[in-house]
Amino acid sequence: MEHLLNLFIKAIFVENVIFAFFLGMCSFLAVSKKIKTAFGLGLAVIFVMILTTPLNYLILTYLLKEGALAWIHPALAKVDLTFLSFILFISTIAGAVQIVEMVVEKFTPALYNSLGIFLPLITVNCSILGTSLFMQEREYNFVETAVFSLGSGIGFFLAIVLLAAIRERLRYSNIPAPLQGLGIAMIITGLMGMAFLSFSGIQL
Amino acid sequence: MAVETAPAPVVEKKKEPLFSKKNIRTLRDPLDDNNPITVQVLGICSALAVTVQVKPALIMALGVTFVTAFSNLIISLLRHTIPTRVRIIVQLIVIATLVTIVDQVLKAYMFDVSKKLSVFVGLIITNCIVMGRLEAFALANKPWPSFLDGIGNGLGYGLILVVVAVIRELFGSGTLLGYQVVPQWAYDMGYVNNGLMMLPPAALFIIGLYIWAQRSWNKKLVNVS
Repeated sequence: MEHLLNLFIKAIFVENVIFAFFLGMCSFLAVSKKIKTAFGLGLAVIFVMILTTPLNYLILTYLLKEGALAWIHPALAKVDLTFLSFILFISTIAGAVQIVEMVVEKFTPALYNSLGIFLPLITVNCSILGTSLFMQEREYNFVETAVFSLGSGIGFFLAIVLLAAIRERLRYSNIPAPLQGLGIAMIITGLMGMAFLSFSGIQL
Repeated sequence: MAVETAPAPVVEKKKEPLFSKKNIRTLRDPLDDNNPITVQVLGICSALAVTVQVKPALIMALGVTFVTAFSNLIISLLRHTIPTRVRIIVQLIVIATLVTIVDQVLKAYMFDVSKKLSVFVGLIITNCIVMGRLEAFALANKPWPSFLDGIGNGLGYGLILVVVAVIRELFGSGTLLGYQVVPQWAYDMGYVNNGLMMLPPAALFIIGLYIWAQRSWNKKLVNVS
């Protein structure tokens, strides 16, 4: 239990997807101009993250790993399909996002309208695929995968809302013209990353 | 700086030479005026994470150039057959296949680099440059210009990667491509490597400052995003 809590805290603060690995930077910088949209995107990312990463774990364990196919026929026990993981992971994510989009559109049109273009864009958010790939590389078990994906999602949410809040305040400050927009957003992200570095080494 | 030329005529009857002025521009624009990282804001994720040393950055740049060029080519060849509704999935499958090839080649021939790049090779799939160029260019253009556009964008991405990696490796560990550059006597006189350069935020600062410099130099880029 303690180990899981540790993993959770680590995924949010110490190994934040944005500040430690720069995953999902594209949408992080593009959608952080207003708090409201940042909030919506953050929630959508959490949701897709906790849906797809465990799904990819199941695919990896029961279809792709060496010996994973033994449950179909013992002769298949030596088949190692891990090289297909990229294609299957991204297909799962694309499919899941599509389903989520349809469900949200059908049942809560209000939420659908406020999320707008961000839902389909989540497919190509590196943090989602990145979490799946980290799960594969670090060989988490199912519970750890679920906890890790929730932590990563919350980490992304936290980061994007924080940056949006700072950028809303920045509108009133006097920044040199060439530095405005992307340039200053990069530097702020760097400073926030340094602040998050102070979490490193935290153990529960 | 790119030379300002008149917009290309919409209907072009005569066959273009392989390296016509327009094609050269397609190839060169992404290096500065339309750089994928600093102007289009695409593909930042991996640009920051693999730049602690020059060697992985170079390999990564090559991998991305390969994937953008060939996915642009393939999608451009298929552009009339792909139904628009399912194009995202088709694009992702093409990209994922190419990335799998890159990954397997790296694992077979450069295992240490492949370990260092860890998940970032796989993340070329979701690198927005690839997808962005497919959407913005390959779906509407002929195969050859698309191929050049892919190469140009890959190189523009590589340029930033290498600039950042050179700065980080030189100041962070005093080496370039693994060779000692800062001489021993400098260390004896009290020179210390800058530890910040090894940490993730350094890449953000360098790119932020690069954008500042580029936009001061190239005024028309101010306020693009």
